[in-house]
Amino acid sequence: MKFGTSLIIGGALFALAIFVGLLAPWLAHTDPVMDANLMNAEEPPSWTWWFGTDAQGRDIYSRVVHGARISLTVGIVSQLVNSVIGVTLGLTAGYWGGWWDDFVNGLTNLMLAIPSLIFALAIMAVLGSGLTSLLIALGLTNWSFTCRIARASTLSLKNQGYVQAARVLGYGDLRIMITQLLPNMLGPIIVIGTLGMGSAVLAEAALSFLGLGIRPPYPSWGSMLSEAREQITTAPWLSIFPGLAIFLTVLGLNLLGDGLRDILDPQSRSQRA
Amino acid sequence: MRAGWSGAITMHEPAARPGDDVILRVEDLAVHFPVGGGLLGGGRRLLRAVDGIDLELKRGECLGLVGESGCGKSTVALSILGLQKPTRGRIVLDGQVVTDRQSVDRKALARIVQIVFQDPYASLNPRQTVRRTLEAPLRLHGVTAKSEIDGRIAAMLRHVGLRPEQAGRYPHEFSGGQRQRIGIARALILNPRIIICDEPVSALDVSIRAQIINLLLELKETLGLSYIMISHDLGVVEHMSDRVAVMYLGRIVETGDWREIFERPAHPYTRTLIAAIPDPLRRAPLATTPGELPNPLNPPDGCAFSPRCLYAEAVCHREPGPSLETRPDGHSVRCWRADEIAGQTALASTESGHP
Repeated sequence: MKFGTSLIIGGALFALAIFVGLLAPWLAHTDPVMDANLMNAEEPPSWTWWFGTDAQGRDIYSRVVHGARISLTVGIVSQLVNSVIGVTLGLTAGYWGGWWDDFVNGLTNLMLAIPSLIFALAIMAVLGSGLTSLLIALGLTNWSFTCRIARASTLSLKNQGYVQAARVLGYGDLRIMITQLLPNMLGPIIVIGTLGMGSAVLAEAALSFLGLGIRPPYPSWGSMLSEAREQITTAPWLSIFPGLAIFLTVLGLNLLGDGLRDILDPQSRSQRA
Repeated sequence: MRAGWSGAITMHEPAARPGDDVILRVEDLAVHFPVGGGLLGGGRRLLRAVDGIDLELKRGECLGLVGESGCGKSTVALSILGLQKPTRGRIVLDGQVVTDRQSVDRKALARIVQIVFQDPYASLNPRQTVRRTLEAPLRLHGVTAKSEIDGRIAAMLRHVGLRPEQAGRYPHEFSGGQRQRIGIARALILNPRIIICDEPVSALDVSIRAQIINLLLELKETLGLSYIMISHDLGVVEHMSDRVAVMYLGRIVETGDWREIFERPAHPYTRTLIAAIPDPLRRAPLATTPGELPNPLNPPDGCAFSPRCLYAEAVCHREPGPSLETRPDGHSVRCWRADEIAGQTALASTESGHP
């Protein structure tokens, strides 16, 4: 793909998802939870019901639009938590080294060895379902890549002249990490974060599909898929539209991540400079 | 390269310095690193990067520290800056012993000694404007009034030959020489007394080296600074230094007035270094030193330079180099045969001009 194309397409898809999520109350035709009407049950897509209706007669379009709020909240917030944990651990481990580095490395390897979805599943089983526990479960299980990148960047940056100069000027460790190291490693961290957001959206869908995430009747794309499972042959629109929403959002985030990597990669930047 | 400032030799008179007192004294400094070793710590060896050196820097003086890569010059610099804890020895900066305390007070140290780095591309934070690079240390050291910060940054930029309105730019908008000027401004912003110049021009284009060297000399006069000039480029050292110390494998082998060192080098190592300066006027093949710097993990028996020395005798291979003998003129040498060699030089130089 040509340079910049993936960035534009990915950015547009992600912006669309954000836009839909923010404006959900105005874009939706009906209340996604309360407006059940058995008179309209299982209507196929039409001009009245754009995406059709489900077995309770709720408007799928309105539910998908509202579902964007939950899916994006989970994606963005849990990835932010992951990034903060990963950067804090990786930066301090790379900078201080010693036993702390060994400890963080061990923890990272442990996290990489456990499939993160299984780990999140276990946390959800303990905490119970709901948005908060979903955020906790996904926010604590996917920081290992960020941590590795942050640690590797720190190791390569900390011997740069400007970091040494900062130490000679009397900067404390914390100040050096925040003002000298962090701004210079943000590129790859943002790329990893964007891709991680996509996988968090998928993980939310998977957990909700398994009944551990967002509980019906609240609409998240995963829980909608879960509900649609029984009618997949009789009313396929029940699963097609939430599935499409997940697909487009994750595709958008992945393309955005790739596009950002093209821009922020130090090598491609020095070629253009 | 030497041709660029060959005229300097005549204009470089050791000027009468105000107050001949010592601002930095390094006593018996040693830095050893444990290396290698198996799982149980067996086979651990000691790398003696710096092995007992003494240095003295007087106020307003420039001391050249010369030697091959890996001889320990930079480790000495890091120790003085408080970034490397010495294994042994004392460092006295401006009357204060900085090596006695458990942890070094970096902030206090920062206001006395600063460093100018070799690579102007890696030594500036690419995400900070010049202004931020200069402002942050001021704030950290208690200068908070905006007018004072602005004034000091503008004055400093003028000092190093940049325009105050360039402060809003990022490092990549400057050339290598300009970046080095920014690096110098950063080193000077806290008004330190001592600047360690770690190969300040060797990463620059030859055409702008002279500019930076002249700037450093000018700043030394106007701001009353003292320099430690670390370099393997003897041309630079010859031009800038009042005194020169030659390091070999973690030790100082010769030290003295720059004129003494360059005109009457006594240690065979110093002599080969000086003979290896290219001289465009005399196209004779350069004198080379055979072999390479020995592995500091496995130093040779006897004098460390003996395997490469043209003058080595039995005693040199057997006994470690003698202690640094200081002659009345302040010139000191660590060599068993210094006197004999000095005699030969006088003879040889009248014949061929080549030792």
